[in-house]
Amino acid sequence: MSDAIIGGQDRIAKRFAKLKEEGRAGLVTFITAGDPDPETSFEILKQLPEAGADIIELGMPFTDPMADGPAIQEASLRALAAGMHMRKTLSIVRGFRDQDHDTPIILMGYYNPIYIYGVAEFLEDARNAGVDGLIVVDLPPEEDAELCIPTVEKGLSFIRLTTPTSDDKRLPKLVQNTSGFVYYVSVAGVTGAGSASNEQIVEAMGRLRRHTDLPIAVGFGIKTAAQAADVAKQADAAVVGSAIVSKVAESLDENGKATDKTASMVTGLVRELANGVRNARK
Amino acid sequence: MTSSAPNSFRALPDPDGHFGNFGGRFVAETLMPLILELEQAYKDAKADPAFKKEMDYYLRHYVGRENPLYFAERLTEELGGAKIYFKREDLNHTGAHKINNCIGQILLAKRMGKTRIIAETGAGQHGVATATVCARFGLPCTVYMGSKDIERQSPNVFRMRLLGAEVKPVVSGSNSLKDAMNEALRDWVTNVEDTFYIIGTAAGPHPYPEMVRDFQSVIGNEARRQIMEAENRLPDQVIASVGGGSNAIGLFHPFLDDKGVEVVGVEAAGHGVHTGKHAASLSAGKPGVLHGNRTYLLMDDDGQIKEADSISAGLDYPGIGPEHSWLKDIGRARYEPITDKEALAAFKLCSELEGIIPALECSHAIAQIMKEAPKMGKDKIILMCLSGRGDKDIFTVAEALGVEL
Repeated sequence: MSDAIIGGQDRIAKRFAKLKEEGRAGLVTFITAGDPDPETSFEILKQLPEAGADIIELGMPFTDPMADGPAIQEASLRALAAGMHMRKTLSIVRGFRDQDHDTPIILMGYYNPIYIYGVAEFLEDARNAGVDGLIVVDLPPEEDAELCIPTVEKGLSFIRLTTPTSDDKRLPKLVQNTSGFVYYVSVAGVTGAGSASNEQIVEAMGRLRRHTDLPIAVGFGIKTAAQAADVAKQADAAVVGSAIVSKVAESLDENGKATDKTASMVTGLVRELANGVRNARK
Repeated sequence: MTSSAPNSFRALPDPDGHFGNFGGRFVAETLMPLILELEQAYKDAKADPAFKKEMDYYLRHYVGRENPLYFAERLTEELGGAKIYFKREDLNHTGAHKINNCIGQILLAKRMGKTRIIAETGAGQHGVATATVCARFGLPCTVYMGSKDIERQSPNVFRMRLLGAEVKPVVSGSNSLKDAMNEALRDWVTNVEDTFYIIGTAAGPHPYPEMVRDFQSVIGNEARRQIMEAENRLPDQVIASVGGGSNAIGLFHPFLDDKGVEVVGVEAAGHGVHTGKHAASLSAGKPGVLHGNRTYLLMDDDGQIKEADSISAGLDYPGIGPEHSWLKDIGRARYEPITDKEALAAFKLCSELEGIIPALECSHAIAQIMKEAPKMGKDKIILMCLSGRGDKDIFTVAEALGVEL
């Protein structure tokens, strides 16, 4: 039995325990699997922990990412155009796990590619590849029987998005069946849009804390190290996605292909963000 | 997947919005409270006689209902078989069935205190209908439309702008209806406080498929009464074109428990189902999850959504309303593909024989009738939903026929 098959919830719990020990918040970084091409995205993925990512969200490309803004939509389309598909996404995770046994990987995306893969087979393959949890944007608790329950039964985390529209009435339903951490989407909107104020985040954290003891990661609209640091003062982790994916886009040549700067531009930003997060409470 | 027949085919969806295995609420969490609020508001409205009265008033005095059930005598003679009746939704204000639903949804939006309306549109018919009711009720309106559709439906774009709507071109994905729907959902997720999303077809997250069906059922309810008046019996077949499927489900639903009535939906087969360039999600797709519901979809083996293709922008969508998926699977309805070419021939025939220029969408249903009516006895009756007028399509048709306007 290899390390890859350690239950996913363990790896996430261990990571948050370690962060607590260090007295700091974590940095959760999002990249899209296969963006701008499978090889380059694998290279970027491998370098993320060293650059300062504490947890990695890996986007599963989808043609119709309804809750994402332009940056992540385009990343999805770049990946699909480069021949990315679900099996390759899982094989990238497997490759990563061969060298990194500790950094949690959360797959993030939409339900249809998982549904078509077959839920049971997908969960089996994802777990064997070393995936720790799932965030599936278009599966609210009303549809828990589809994937959430089978995921938890498989020993992986099903991480829920909570939003500014999640009130005290709604939250108990949201934190049910969830594990790993709770992701707070700090603005109503698509990924990459505006960010929330500190007061709004403080208010939301208070509301969430009344309903869950799980760690809380806050994301949406965080673009700079300073913003990440602000969030890291309040939350257990800060999530950055669109800004990182935009670096991939920025690094491409005129034909939209990866250049020798692609990986370093991404890791450069991650390093800055990690600095912000790590020094936030000092 | 055929299961034993239920007692009634008209009892769904269940409280969670399921039609058998189809339907549901597959949306981002940000939208869930809104969808639950909408569901409650719709339940309350349905139980309120004042809402029905208001709706009836506008359907009568503003839309122009009821519209005729017309005996297509010359088409019947030409085909030499079953008697053909058209339910004349083309005679509604704005020229299509879409307005029935828009009246219902905007009255609901007003009831809920919403102050801004968004919509998606393909051919522009739903966009025009939405812009129309927004003008009438004084609410600002934003319509998302694929840039490809804006090009091929420019008269409707101008119409919407005349009505005071903002038409936002969508340049993501395949630049057509599914992308317009993505963009409308993105708008909604961003403007959760004040915005009501008027979905144009009987698809999307629960309660939309049920609500749109109910609002469009005025088609079938009237038609059922009218055919009894005209023939003193029910038709042998009801038939309609399906894109998302709102005119079809509106016609079908009141007939679903009439065992002797055959139910036929007609899908857009574009260049032909075998070519891969079509919009026939029931004939050539498989069940998947998109835009809030599980339904038949066009997609590849990885679950990536494929672009649909049809000469009719209104049918150019890679999915279908979930109730149609259910009706197909349990065998209560059958769905037939019709190509662009066949639809064009039907468009011409109907124009020449009946003096009615039909929309390209329902020309697909006419084309299926051209195949089936001759094989049926003269004592048989076909009732078709003529869902819209074809004036909007004359440029597309002229181009397809190689005529320069």
